[in-house]
Amino acid sequence: MASPFSATTAPGSSRAYRIKNSAGDRVFMAIIYTALSLILIAVLYPLIYILSSSISSPDAVSSGKVWLWPVDISFEGYTTLFSTPLILTGYANSLFYTAAGTLISVTLTIMIAYPLSRRSLYGRSVIMVFVTFTMLFGGGLIPTYLVVKQLGMVDTRWALLIPNAIWVWQVIIARSFFQSSIPDELVEASELDGCSDLRFIWSVVLPLSKPIIAVLVLMYAVGQWNAYFDALIYLKSDHLFPLQLILRSIIILNNGAGAMDVAEMVEKQHLSDLLKYSLIVVATLPVLCIYPFVQKHFVQGMLVGSVKG
Amino acid sequence: MNVARKSFAKHWQLYLILIPPILFFIIFKYYPMANAVLAFKDYNVTKGIWGSPWIGFKNFRLFFDNPIFWTLVKNTLLISLYQLLVGFPIPILLALALNEVRHAKFKKLVQMVTFAPYFISTVVMVSMIMLFLAPRLGFVNLALNALGMDSINFLGEPGMFRSIYVWSDLWQSAGYASVVYLAALAGIDPVLYEAAKVDGASRLQKIIHVDLPGILPTVTILLILNVGNIMALGFEKIYLLQNPLNTSSSEIIATYVYKMGLLNANYSFATAVGLFNSVINLVLLVLVNGLAKRISSNSIW
Repeated sequence: MASPFSATTAPGSSRAYRIKNSAGDRVFMAIIYTALSLILIAVLYPLIYILSSSISSPDAVSSGKVWLWPVDISFEGYTTLFSTPLILTGYANSLFYTAAGTLISVTLTIMIAYPLSRRSLYGRSVIMVFVTFTMLFGGGLIPTYLVVKQLGMVDTRWALLIPNAIWVWQVIIARSFFQSSIPDELVEASELDGCSDLRFIWSVVLPLSKPIIAVLVLMYAVGQWNAYFDALIYLKSDHLFPLQLILRSIIILNNGAGAMDVAEMVEKQHLSDLLKYSLIVVATLPVLCIYPFVQKHFVQGMLVGSVKG
Repeated sequence: MNVARKSFAKHWQLYLILIPPILFFIIFKYYPMANAVLAFKDYNVTKGIWGSPWIGFKNFRLFFDNPIFWTLVKNTLLISLYQLLVGFPIPILLALALNEVRHAKFKKLVQMVTFAPYFISTVVMVSMIMLFLAPRLGFVNLALNALGMDSINFLGEPGMFRSIYVWSDLWQSAGYASVVYLAALAGIDPVLYEAAKVDGASRLQKIIHVDLPGILPTVTILLILNVGNIMALGFEKIYLLQNPLNTSSSEIIATYVYKMGLLNANYSFATAVGLFNSVINLVLLVLVNGLAKRISSNSIW
């Protein structure tokens, strides 16, 4: 500990020391910038590669000619995808699940998070323990499956909308937000004016809570759009399948025949590699498109939750 | 009780809107916990969960005596520990490095780009891994060929499975995970930095003596949460990455539960295996939390 910190106390050596130090700092910074640039490339390269492959010609893709930029630009992959009935159904289903699921989840989350943020609510800590305990322990896959089955939800759209509707972490984040951004004075003033709790939520809390609502919408929408496991275990009819499940059968199981007409598939065999890349882009783009617009809110909201959770 | 009645009378509307979410937790979280008694029963579809006969710990004994038990426990623990070792410290380093960057634009660019993969779905992520590592056309193998090396069937090698899982996970989540640390770093009192500057500390010394102690509470809490999730691996991703060639290192407790329970309809046995997993998880969480409380007075409850 002695050397660096005592250096400044000796007036003569301090100047020389500082120059030496800043040379060291410059090397240090060079290392940091190099490392971050490498990380940037490592994250970006696969993304660009996929995008480039998806708009290259089928031959360039199936002969491995794409390295960074597209080769012989062609949109054949996309035109094929968007003329395949099963993909279109999957896309429509995913849009429906995302819209309906997000609406249900956000509503339910606010319905539990807001009351729990009110200090004057009797029993709120008991309810909070009741809710957070489910983060630590659960019945498991099979017991949950049996409940959904008993409720007659198996192979219906409800199975993807209801059993996973509330995420405890989102409840904690929303509750912390309400607690820190709705001043008690405002609540008291509204009570004096005879404003009911529901009216207060509707005309004061919701307008003041746009950032957290944006976060909830984004998180639930992304989760719902990306989900496949609930669909895998609960759904049997392929007209209900979300896009992710169709994606799995085409790319991961390499089971194009199950997903498309066999004859059509053989005819398009030379397209199959290209199709995989296009499919990845098509399945990811909606989520990546909304991300830059809500990123700011998102980081803020996540911090509120994690700092005060 | 008076307080309660007063609160009910005053906030009946709030209690009213609490009913649907609470019903959700009872039906989809607590009722399954009760259903987990299945683990101690011999499930019979016609008799239902509660009507089926009790068999005590027979399902558990069946599981522990099965030779696959140790493989499952070993695979689950090895992947988790590897994951913890790589996935926990690197986001911290990323945050510390980003915190040093003074070019606002570069900093924002790195943050935005590293954050983005978090939004990629598991299915897409696994699809990407499969395309990139494909023996014939995957660009990793094409690159190896270009360097004069032979192609490797990455997903067919049991020894590579853990690395593929852990490093692809890091690629996907490092940016997201670093956000919390960046926030903690932003919250450090600027006076401390000035004091360090006055004392002539180099940037590295500043990181060691100011930044690290500043984010230690956040690090501890996240470490506890991470350890508590050791048995709760990214099951969906592992399941999708599995193939008959790599199961010797990729079969974990969760994938086994799925296969036994839902594919083989062996409900009672799978429930017992799942329950074993949850209990270990809970015990680990409590242990690590207690340890952290004693060492650093940080704890999640």
